[in-house]
Amino acid sequence: MTPITRRQLIATGLTATAGAAGLAAAAHFARRYGLIPPDHGGLYGPGETLTYAAQRLLASHAPAREFPRSMISKAPFANEVAPPSDAFKRHQATGFSDWRLIVDGMVANPASLSLSDLRSLPFRSQITEVACEEGWSYIAEWIGTPLSEVLSAVGVLPHARYIVYRSIQTDWWDSLDMADALHPYTYLTWGMNDGDLPVGFGGPLRMRVPRQLGYKSIKYITNLTATDNIKAFGKGLGSASPEGGYAWYAGI
Amino acid sequence: MFGHPSIPLSSCYAPFVAATASPPKLRTPRHAAIVRVTHWITVLCFFALLITGGEIVISHPRFYWGEVGNVMTRPLFTIPIPSSRDTVPTGYHYVMPDQNGWSRALHFEAAWVVMIAGLAYALYGLFTGHFRRNLLPEKGDRSWSSFRRVFAKSFHRAPPGEPGAHAYNVLQRTAYIAVIFVLFPLVIWTGLAMSPAFTAAAPWSVILLGGRQTARTLHFFISWLLLLFVIVHVTMIVLAGFKIRMRAMITGRVVEPPPARRKTDRR
Repeated sequence: MTPITRRQLIATGLTATAGAAGLAAAAHFARRYGLIPPDHGGLYGPGETLTYAAQRLLASHAPAREFPRSMISKAPFANEVAPPSDAFKRHQATGFSDWRLIVDGMVANPASLSLSDLRSLPFRSQITEVACEEGWSYIAEWIGTPLSEVLSAVGVLPHARYIVYRSIQTDWWDSLDMADALHPYTYLTWGMNDGDLPVGFGGPLRMRVPRQLGYKSIKYITNLTATDNIKAFGKGLGSASPEGGYAWYAGI
Repeated sequence: MFGHPSIPLSSCYAPFVAATASPPKLRTPRHAAIVRVTHWITVLCFFALLITGGEIVISHPRFYWGEVGNVMTRPLFTIPIPSSRDTVPTGYHYVMPDQNGWSRALHFEAAWVVMIAGLAYALYGLFTGHFRRNLLPEKGDRSWSSFRRVFAKSFHRAPPGEPGAHAYNVLQRTAYIAVIFVLFPLVIWTGLAMSPAFTAAAPWSVILLGGRQTARTLHFFISWLLLLFVIVHVTMIVLAGFKIRMRAMITGRVVEPPPARRKTDRR
């Protein structure tokens, strides 16, 4: 081993100082620009944070990939995970005429919207792919009201940072940051392939987030809550997914 | 070293090998610190990625070609194992334990770590001439006959201390170059081509490959090629002297045994 020279010692010291200062500056920058996900703690927190921050910097405004009509999957896979609850069956029996979307939290005008209220807002369609974290995928046309239309209709307050959304299946809830909530491809979807959204695919109302994996596109949506304090929901990790070991941010 | 004048010192790993051989200097620098550190980080990450990647495959052990694929479409091939999801028709009446949550988290964290290590190594390799000097096949060796010569020689095991301890032959160089500059970039590319957010920002990344499911299938095959490389790599190290090579990659030093005398010329 060669002895450490004074020059090496100074260089190492400077590098370490610069590194520490760089990390502190990066953390400050990341907090300031919303690059830290709610589930940033724990062993896998650094990886989640790097992925979220990198994709936010790179792809915040990128449109989702769209496909020609000819690529719509002939036999899409519904992936029905849980049998519908009794409450859901009652709605199903009445053709979802009593289905309500409750919008509350940091909004100027909290609202309880029926499906026809939602359909009376400007709606759009997209032909995008559902990609499941398991590896499979399919393409469909999705018709719905952009979440941004609903949020502007109720007057979301400027300091809201997350939109929490909940399903009639109470163990399914999730949240989006404002970049994804206001993204033009994020829909409250009620139609699929020129028809009503089938129950198996999340009808009558499904959140559709095509720039994230399928598990972010939760079925049977009943509640939206705008908040600036995601810690107040569940275990404070942003959604039910991290409580089950999955990432809150599913852009990869 | 040790009376092998045919091996120029410049082909040694370290640029400052002692030129004097009397008394024989037993320790010669072999691998630079950054090569050793990034090597072992890569080893750890590779196995983390391999195991977690396998776990993720178990949740859908079917592979497709093109953009889409699911249990309603015909697979390119399936792996005959039970799945960790009961929605996959595997033919087995058994559902494996679901390990996807932590597997995905560790897969991406390890991918970040190995990408950062790889970037540090690549910058080092480019700016110090490490790639040019140690990995690019030497000018005189860029021919099929050199390949054949090395192949032929490889079947006669050389004892440690042979010239091979100091410089890589053309076959080794080609293998390392292929892994570093072809397989690693391809495995990263095919991995990113499965990310819905990344492909939203860079649609060409998946279009060039021919679709999301093609990317997934290629990712799977490239992982097997990388595993094949690891198996051959470790086998060669065992054949060439496990202790001496491990010491070289851990401490950076090669401790030379006394020059081995061949009892018989096996040729």
